[in-house]
Amino acid sequence: MTTQSKTQKHRIQHISLRANAIQPSGIRKFFDLLSSIDGVISLGVGEPDYATPWHIRESAIESIEKGQTMYTSNSGMPELRKELARFLKNEYKVDYDPTSELLITVGCSEALDLTMRAIIDPGDEVIIPNPCFVAYGSCVTLAGGKPVHIPTYEVNNFEISAQDIEKYITNKTRAILIGYPSNPTGAVLRRQKLAEIAALAIKYDLTVISDEIYSKLVYGAEFTCFASLPGMKERTVFLGGFSKAYAMTGWRIGYAAAPKEIIAAMHKIHQYTMMCVSTMSQMAALEALKGDQDSVTEMVEDYNRRRQVMVKGLRDIGLTCYEPKGAFYCFPSIKCTGMTSEDFAEKLLSEEKVAVVPGSAFGKCGEGYIRCCYATSLADIEEALKRMGRFVKKNKK
Amino acid sequence: MLKDILKILENDARATPKQIAVMTGMTQAEVTKTIKKAQDDRTILKYKAIINWDKAENEHVLAWIGVKLEPQKDVGFDSIAQHIYRYPQAKSVYLVSGTVDLLVMVTGKNNHEIADFVSQKLSHIDGVKETVTQFILKRYKEDGEVMESEEVVKRQAVVL
Repeated sequence: MTTQSKTQKHRIQHISLRANAIQPSGIRKFFDLLSSIDGVISLGVGEPDYATPWHIRESAIESIEKGQTMYTSNSGMPELRKELARFLKNEYKVDYDPTSELLITVGCSEALDLTMRAIIDPGDEVIIPNPCFVAYGSCVTLAGGKPVHIPTYEVNNFEISAQDIEKYITNKTRAILIGYPSNPTGAVLRRQKLAEIAALAIKYDLTVISDEIYSKLVYGAEFTCFASLPGMKERTVFLGGFSKAYAMTGWRIGYAAAPKEIIAAMHKIHQYTMMCVSTMSQMAALEALKGDQDSVTEMVEDYNRRRQVMVKGLRDIGLTCYEPKGAFYCFPSIKCTGMTSEDFAEKLLSEEKVAVVPGSAFGKCGEGYIRCCYATSLADIEEALKRMGRFVKKNKK
Repeated sequence: MLKDILKILENDARATPKQIAVMTGMTQAEVTKTIKKAQDDRTILKYKAIINWDKAENEHVLAWIGVKLEPQKDVGFDSIAQHIYRYPQAKSVYLVSGTVDLLVMVTGKNNHEIADFVSQKLSHIDGVKETVTQFILKRYKEDGEVMESEEVVKRQAVVL
């Protein structure tokens, strides 16, 4: 054995089984490739193309000027939790006690991790519709659980049904993790479909973790907050955040709303790992909730226009594309090229300088698809579509 | 639906009916018809570009002129305003509340032209009692657009 491979072996041996059990995000090699090419149009992002509205930025600046630079309560500032409770009640008709049922977290991502660590025991199974956000499965695995991915299909508008889920329920199933509007598919579940999942949760005594980070970005469809369904507040962990609706991705602030026993368990872990969310971000989030909501409406209208341009554009170049009802992604099929989604994305980047995310990054059921984000300028969308059109024409089988 | 179209055009007057149709989910014929009607009833007045003339090295001066009026028998403010806005030098004319009655945006090649317009034309109009001229020294933002583009914040090209 060479010295180098010995060193490598030594390293691997000293990495925990837990860390070894998860894979790096499938898109990692793209970073290197991307940085070496000029003039790339990226549809690979997962965030708004707006800066945070000025009144929100200003309130954070003011708080820094005033010297509000200390820790806050572990759960988040009381004013923020109070305002959040008011917001959730107005927006979704669901009542949460700000002192015991809400936790302010470092983005929705931390809330997701805390939820898993708070409710999963070794071997517990969590049912997850696939394709799904890249972190879902890994968060379950890190908590010692087993993610059970259930396929969803384009023909069913990437929707999951209670019947699909029921087939996968075992005596080890602990929870169902859903994320609608969906990243990457843009699917939104109708109230009736959610109600059927709710009935299943009662029948098998399961917890439902509902990631509603994209709840404000819905187009021409009705959004239903899972916790607002009858009997669901007591068995739902509701995850939300400020990143997408208020263009606040870099602030890293989100929240969890759940029954007080679950919040108390999450609070313990949060207390020892994060202490609290940065104070300036909490001040900004408070302003986001209290201030004028016009900028949100304007952004949503603008996304909607670009959504329609991208869907039509993708269909015009010969790809089938489900019309997304929420978030800011299109998830067209590239099966007509016969390429894997990773090959497609790599070749498209090197030949036409358009970056998209291969669907396989979102799980097995994402194979044959690519994720294109339309939170970018209309001019870039149109140019990207032109380049993709050329590419598809050349590679169509 | 008219409002949707107007919002798109207000932001980009070059958007074509074909593009607008895709963005709004209307047919191209519907969009064309709605725009035509809006033009006919002067909801849409004109399609223009917002230009930073400083960059084109085009010598020009802008001034806001506050005009105090003296109410006159049988002559309303509207007709005095009309008298003023007929001059091509007056780019915008507004009736306002406060210390002056009218606000007039005037353009000229240089300070003299504007001074001439005020002293020779504006102040002689019946009903104009007093004028207050404020020369514009620098334009920061025009019609919602920042003149000097701010530093572009770069996003990560790929994020999951």
